Amino acid sequence: MTDTSPGSSTAAAGRPVEADEPFLVVENLTVRFPTADGLVQAVTDLSYSVELGKTVGIVGESGSGKSVSSMAVLGLHDAKSSRITGSIRVGGVEVVDLSESRMRKLRGNQVAMIFQDALAALHPFYKVGAQLAEAYLVHHPEASKRDARRRAIEMLDRVGIPHPDQRVDDFPHQFSGGMRQRAMIAMGLINDPSLLIADEPTTALDVTVQAQILDLLNDLQREFNSAVVIITHDLGVIAEMADHVLVMYGGRAVEYGAVKDILTHPEMPYTWGLLSSVPDVSSDTDARLIPIPGNPPSLLLPPPGCPFHPRCAHVEKVPADLCTTQLPDLEAARSGEGHLKRCHLADPETIYLSEVLPEIAPELIEEATS
Amino acid sequence: MLAYLIRRILSGFLIIVLVSIAVYALFWYGPKSPALELCRRDTNNRCSPEKLAQYEERLGYNNPIYVEYAKWAKGIFTGREIMIGARPYDCDAPCLGLSYRDRTQVTEQLKDRFPVTLSLAVGAAALYLLIGVAVGVWSARRRGTWVDRSLVASTLVFSSVPYYLVALLSMLLLTISTNVFPRVAYHPFFDNPFKWFTGLLLVWLVLGIYGSTSYTRFARGSMIEALSEDYVRTAKAKGLPPRVVTMRHALRAALVPVVTIFGIDFAFLLGGTVFTEKIFSLEGIGKWGVEATYIKDLPVVQATSLVLAVAVVMANIVVDIAYSWLDPRVRLQ
Repeated sequence: MTDTSPGSSTAAAGRPVEADEPFLVVENLTVRFPTADGLVQAVTDLSYSVELGKTVGIVGESGSGKSVSSMAVLGLHDAKSSRITGSIRVGGVEVVDLSESRMRKLRGNQVAMIFQDALAALHPFYKVGAQLAEAYLVHHPEASKRDARRRAIEMLDRVGIPHPDQRVDDFPHQFSGGMRQRAMIAMGLINDPSLLIADEPTTALDVTVQAQILDLLNDLQREFNSAVVIITHDLGVIAEMADHVLVMYGGRAVEYGAVKDILTHPEMPYTWGLLSSVPDVSSDTDARLIPIPGNPPSLLLPPPGCPFHPRCAHVEKVPADLCTTQLPDLEAARSGEGHLKRCHLADPETIYLSEVLPEIAPELIEEATS
Repeated sequence: MLAYLIRRILSGFLIIVLVSIAVYALFWYGPKSPALELCRRDTNNRCSPEKLAQYEERLGYNNPIYVEYAKWAKGIFTGREIMIGARPYDCDAPCLGLSYRDRTQVTEQLKDRFPVTLSLAVGAAALYLLIGVAVGVWSARRRGTWVDRSLVASTLVFSSVPYYLVALLSMLLLTISTNVFPRVAYHPFFDNPFKWFTGLLLVWLVLGIYGSTSYTRFARGSMIEALSEDYVRTAKAKGLPPRVVTMRHALRAALVPVVTIFGIDFAFLLGGTVFTEKIFSLEGIGKWGVEATYIKDLPVVQATSLVLAVAVVMANIVVDIAYSWLDPRVRLQ
């Protein structure tokens, strides 16, 4: 497979190579699905890393490749129907092309995943405790069933399920939505994973429960000092949880940086669009909620140049049709250390302050410019 | 659970009673009197109107239907004496009447014939469930490969051939012109289990393999659906080996719809496998019932209908229990 992205070297070189590298290192990850209609370019040339004790949030709309890239970390893509290139290192172990049996030893053990919609993600026919115990036993073959059950109760207790010694024998449908998500988290953490991937863990929950689950995840991360990847389309979740943010669009990273930099000095029009479409109940009622026009790009036939250009309002500010012909590199942005952006705009900061911010949050202009 | 069972059994009992009334009424108000049939047979087709009247009187067709039905129903519990022609016949409890054809007790015949059909049904059903689910699961896991495609195609081709043709050909080619299989015959299980097994082996295989084609496609579809469920992905993400993911997580869910269909199918097998019994000359209740219908042998038709009704009712209860066992979200109350 040919690598069409000129941004790859920049992305990899953008971070210094350390002697002891971060727990999760994703480098130039490309995921393709050959289908009858053509090659689906689900993820292209994606690089990021997560250190123990840190949280990276991946944001993007449906089809931006955020879930696909995370499933690749667990090796959950069917080898027959997908083509994965690049490198994913988990605790120093290369998992791309790792044998299925060695991959199984990592899954649920060192790397665990929490899925959205726990009602569908938990097996409806087995007791919650049995499902937790199964996750424990598969990686602790020496443990007895009684040990596994005790461990399940302990974890249910830890994630705040009341009367865990009784609820352990409940079926998932007897739990409330929030409790199911807690049980899901308990199952993810039962083997003390060093890396936890949470795929939209709060999407199916109401707002108050959502806040509780995020608090729980924060607490648990502090306690276990694990690396966390949280996938979401909700910038509120990002603000609450993440240390670093990776914004994905059309299967590529389009902006990366510390959460504060991304939320206060975004330099990529797509990120502006994401920020403009977040409702804020506490803000000025004059603030407008601006949707991003158009639809997510086709992954079969991605637009030439910058993948965002058909929906971008600032194309004409870039000279010589650069946006429609040339893919921008993922390069250093102006604000913040390690802040990267994939955009041709020469002075995005000025445009953001003069055109975008007054529309969405006029009260923040002063703060942002100071 | 117990209360539920009792309620189900009671309502099932009601259904059986209604079926027996319906069958009775069908004969009573049907276009041709069963008495005429019997009279003709007894008189070598020289049934005079006087003779017919005599037969109708003796068989009770001149009484109101409810009187006769009550007599029939009472006989099940107490036994009774039945007048046919000039002399009375004993019919012991549980009396289902006497066959018009040979004046034998229907209950006795049923005792002889039902084990034949039961043996056929149990062997064939076990086989088609096993083959169907195993091949279906295997096919589903290889979805889209040439193995899967050719399996699906061959089940379609095979099930498009009429069943009686398959049965006839296998009997001709495998037992008569060659000796690949022992001659088909029924030996009671408790007399000689080995002979029982070898005597029915070919029939089980024919009925089982033929029946398995629809189960293969059904189990495959159900399994493909289950394999794409979120909880199967969760099981994989836990690090479980593929065998456990398939069997414990996906198959368990895929079995629920299969069990439903299987229960009803099995009940119909118990009601008689007419083609099979006829072709392989096995004296089961399917063949018996069809032949009795031709000659308007009411007590026999009534008895075979009852067997089917009981089988269907019981199968439904068993399926419901299996349901609650397979899927804890279905609580019986």
